[in-house]
Amino acid sequence: MKTIRIGSGAGYSGDRIEPAVELAQKGGIDYLVFECLAERTIAIAQRARLADPEAGHDPLLEARMRAVLGLCHEKGIRIISNMGAANPQAAARKVLLIAQELNISGLRVAAVSGDEVLGDLLDGDYPIQETGAPARTMRDVLISANAYIGAEPIVEALARGADVVITGRVADPSLFLAPQIHEFGWAPDDWDRLGKGTLVGHLLECAGQVTGGYFADPGVKDVPGLARLGFPIGEVSEDGSAVITKVPGSGGRVCEATLKEQILYEVHDPRAYLTPDVTADFSGVTVRGIGPDRVAVCGATGRARPETLKASVGFVDGYIGEGQISYAGPAALARGQLAAEIVRERFEIIGLKARELRFDLIGVNAILGDTFSAPAAPAEVRLRVAGRTATMAEAKRIGAEVETLYTNGPASGGGAVQSARQIVAMLSALIPRARVSPRVDIFTSEDL
Amino acid sequence: MQLRDIAHSRTGDKGDHSNISVIAYDPADYDFLRTHLTAEKVRAHFAGIVKGHVERFELPGLGALNFLMFNALGGGVTRSLALDAHGKCLASALLALELPDRQTD
Repeated sequence: MKTIRIGSGAGYSGDRIEPAVELAQKGGIDYLVFECLAERTIAIAQRARLADPEAGHDPLLEARMRAVLGLCHEKGIRIISNMGAANPQAAARKVLLIAQELNISGLRVAAVSGDEVLGDLLDGDYPIQETGAPARTMRDVLISANAYIGAEPIVEALARGADVVITGRVADPSLFLAPQIHEFGWAPDDWDRLGKGTLVGHLLECAGQVTGGYFADPGVKDVPGLARLGFPIGEVSEDGSAVITKVPGSGGRVCEATLKEQILYEVHDPRAYLTPDVTADFSGVTVRGIGPDRVAVCGATGRARPETLKASVGFVDGYIGEGQISYAGPAALARGQLAAEIVRERFEIIGLKARELRFDLIGVNAILGDTFSAPAAPAEVRLRVAGRTATMAEAKRIGAEVETLYTNGPASGGGAVQSARQIVAMLSALIPRARVSPRVDIFTSEDL
Repeated sequence: MQLRDIAHSRTGDKGDHSNISVIAYDPADYDFLRTHLTAEKVRAHFAGIVKGHVERFELPGLGALNFLMFNALGGGVTRSLALDAHGKCLASALLALELPDRQTD
């Protein structure tokens, strides 16, 4: 039975680069997939593109490509990534420029686009899922809307001989499902296999999170070599059965427990994991260790894909201002609490206009609130004040007030920092499949 | 007995909702977890953090439960004022939950 090996070269946009190089060098892989596009990233990238038509792709695109392109070309490994973000065509051209620099000739780079649906949302009558209000009523603050598209256009790009496929917003598991469909010729309504292939994608999409990253708990769940964590390889067979493994000798650990945690990561109802390709069902999945750092996974299946596509919608949601300052030694907690009271009173005196405010004592209640027991006498605490405002100027006043505690607040406060930033927040909407037309463009050095 | 003695967990986020998996180290403990780790117990453990309801899904093949906690992330990762906007720390905090000793079961 035919088997392919898919490596996962990144689990998020800022991820380590060496593990991808290790996979290309020693992984014996056929495909190297980089999942780099967080929900909000595309909205921010969209604005970068408005300012510069060649911008709006992942900031690490060039660094990653310089690191792996030569090796992948030499070994015939095909690359798939959503690093195109808001500008897949410009990203594809950049990949070709890097290929030229590296003296790689004959490269075919595909750009998958067509995920942008902001115009449709503004013209139509599509409710925002979180609020129920039509998206068009947010016209003034919306900055982007991108539909999660599926594996189909990537499969088309691979069929047209692309060595590198660069996409914008594509559902994360679809990046990994596409090479399986391409290699095995799975039918578009073979829901069982598409469900199985989607589980493989889901297991691989966060890279190190299935090889021992985000897992270690000293003394209970120990993981060796996290500083040189190896990224995962999915060995997939034509019937959809799969083994998850990693490069021998790399850091980390692939075991039944690491797979179980990742199978349920960001999953709501395991019977209905919705993607543009299939309604996957993970409820009957089992895992079985079959060798060192080798775990077989089976039992996923699927049903017909959803009729609508989810679009993630970016909008400007005001500004967040923040300030922090630390207190230590005897009665650190009391001085931290006094500091918070002073800042509260200051906000009233200066008439701060905030839509929402939050006061935390880091080390006491910043993460879990006051429900969980905190040490009665912590040796140090750090006051954190954050607030949401309508303007940048108002946001800046929050951190500035915290900083004035240096000379106006409790004794021996130290390490004050302040920040203010614009908030691009995300909502979602459902859009009929027919409104979204993915497009594949193949670029070669002749297009430069 | 603490939940941490028999299970491990991982948190994920989507919008304002958080999911926490609870996985038995020994699959033989799955039925015990199913009996004692109810959605209500998880909601009570996170009172003050989780504003909505909690739904539980069962995965016998993995010896795992998956808890979906609605409105648990201060408006969601992209707009929350929280230090841990993803609620990533919640999985470990759930493991502090006290369970009855198995002998008395």
